[in-house]
Amino acid sequence: MRESAKPTEDGWSSTVTLTVNGTGHNLTLDNRTTLLDALRERLALTGSKKGCDHGQCGSCTVLLDGRRVKSCLILAVTLDGRTVVTVEGLADPTGLSPLQAAFVAHDAFQCGYCTPGQLCSARGMLDEVARGWPSAVTGDLTAPVELTDAEVRERMSGNLCRCAAYPNIVAAIRDAAAAR
Amino acid sequence: MKAFRYHRPADVAEAVALLDAEPAAAYLAGGTNLVDLMKLGVQRPELLVDVTGLPLDTVEVLPGGGLRIGATVRNSDLAADPVIRREHPLLSRALLAGASGQLRNLATTAGNLLQRTRCVYFQDTGKACNKREPGTGCAARHGQNRDLAILGWSELCVATHPSDLAVALVALDAVVEAHDPGGAREIPVAELHRTPGEHPERETSLPRGALITAVRVPPLPFARRCTYLKARDRASFAFAVGSVAAALDLDGDTVRDVRLAYGAVAHRPWRAYRAEEALRGRPFTAELAAQAADAELAAARPLPHNGFKVPLIRNLTVRALTTLAGTAPR
Ligand SMILES: Cc1cc2nc3c(=O)[nH]c(=O)nc-3n(C[C@H](O)[C@H](O)[C@H](O)COP(=O)(O)OP(=O)(O)OC[C@H]3O[C@@H](n4cnc5c(N)ncnc54)[C@H](O)[C@@H]3O)c2cc1C
Ligand code: SF4
Ligand code: FES
Ligand code: FES
Repeated sequence: MRESAKPTEDGWSSTVTLTVNGTGHNLTLDNRTTLLDALRERLALTGSKKGCDHGQCGSCTVLLDGRRVKSCLILAVTLDGRTVVTVEGLADPTGLSPLQAAFVAHDAFQCGYCTPGQLCSARGMLDEVARGWPSAVTGDLTAPVELTDAEVRERMSGNLCRCAAYPNIVAAIRDAAAAR
Repeated sequence: MKAFRYHRPADVAEAVALLDAEPAAAYLAGGTNLVDLMKLGVQRPELLVDVTGLPLDTVEVLPGGGLRIGATVRNSDLAADPVIRREHPLLSRALLAGASGQLRNLATTAGNLLQRTRCVYFQDTGKACNKREPGTGCAARHGQNRDLAILGWSELCVATHPSDLAVALVALDAVVEAHDPGGAREIPVAELHRTPGEHPERETSLPRGALITAVRVPPLPFARRCTYLKARDRASFAFAVGSVAAALDLDGDTVRDVRLAYGAVAHRPWRAYRAEEALRGRPFTAELAAQAADAELAAARPLPHNGFKVPLIRNLTVRALTTLAGTAPR
């Protein structure tokens, strides 16, 4: 079994060990704390955004053990021993990752509010494609996935962009996918 | 959000015992519905029993050809499972039509089945709702009810069940395996969710504290010929306004067998038994498909704002079946 967070004496808080962007943290948190609030309020990692706090916008997307998730609906107390990567951890040691560079090259944002979530979501999505996962628009569920515009749009539909930078986001992701 | 204690049980027995001992306890799986409702103050558990560490996260092929899907298998893993994609594509289709990639990575089999209604009055603690607070009334009955039920509702509640997966499981004759203080039990998914009747606060036929451990899907070779059609207000990432799960087995032109279920039309996923009956043994035509849908929908009682759901479901039925039969829709 996985580790379990250690409750404080009264039981309403817990001590959790989390690895975030490669650094280990030991946090005592009110059990009500979401991963998003732990990142923003306790670790000062304000890249992940709180757009809706109800799973509806995608701006809080991070990678949990490599998989993209919405951090506003996850209680931090459930994550003892787990590994999180946020937008602050996406760059390569030498500079922007190819995905980030493609977002810049394609002007895939306007205000930038949704961008951290778009980037983390795209990173997780491209790994899903590499594993051969189908989507709602995949014609043959047993054939290899071909990453068309329609596939990118469907797979990224959990990330809203109020500036409607969608066409450029799709182009940036396809570029980054082709370069993989 | 109300404060709560948190526990990760070591096994199924401990999980069930914890729920039994604590009236205000709840199981926590992916949390994508429960945490949301806790933020809204709609659910106020004092103890969360996290089931995601239990060994219930595998998809097993059973000796007779059926499948056992663990309660904590994530929706994304289930949709991508090679056996599911090949043998029960209806499950992949229904799952992939729902929520978003990030949510499916968290959401689990059992959590999906037991997610609560998206009735906006249920989610707003400032509004009357018999489901949330029995006896307070139903704000939706004479409020905005476009998204709500056309079948099987009562004056006390007109909510719908929002799950796409549940519609596919009902069509496939799946069975829920559960544990409660009284022991192990099995319930067909078609009998898991109730119609609201006099007690909209009782949503399932599971006893209080029951832990779903798995969902079993019997073998059904013709289920490879299936489709899940979902009508919604935008092209992706939206709950169904109406949906149809269908699988068709033709012998020449004749309908040898068929499975049909509707989503977002009732308090439970709606198996269309009458429509199936009208189809079996008859030569398939688009007209027959429409007649079958009409036979099912004869019992529909649309609300002031959702009369459109009747022709919507009828048309989706015809489109689903004609597509499967390879005949052109009218
Ligand atoms: C923005 C958004 C869009 C969505 N769109 C769709 C959609 O289009 N289609 C769709 O079908 N769904 C949709 N969903 C809902 C989503 O599929 C559900 O929230 C999810 O499946 C719930 O699973 P979970 O594991 O996160 O459950 P949780 O939130 O952890 O639990 C849900 C309920 O199940 C109970 N429970 C969990 N596991 C067990 C168990 N093993 N035994 C007994 N009880 C248990 C919990 O106590 C709780 O009451 C959407 C959700 C969001 C936030
Ligand atoms: S329809 Fe049901 S859930 Fe919605 S307000 Fe009425 S009683 Fe509550
Ligand atoms: S803030 Fe998490 S999805 Fe909007
Ligand atoms: S760039 Fe402004 S919300 Fe996406």
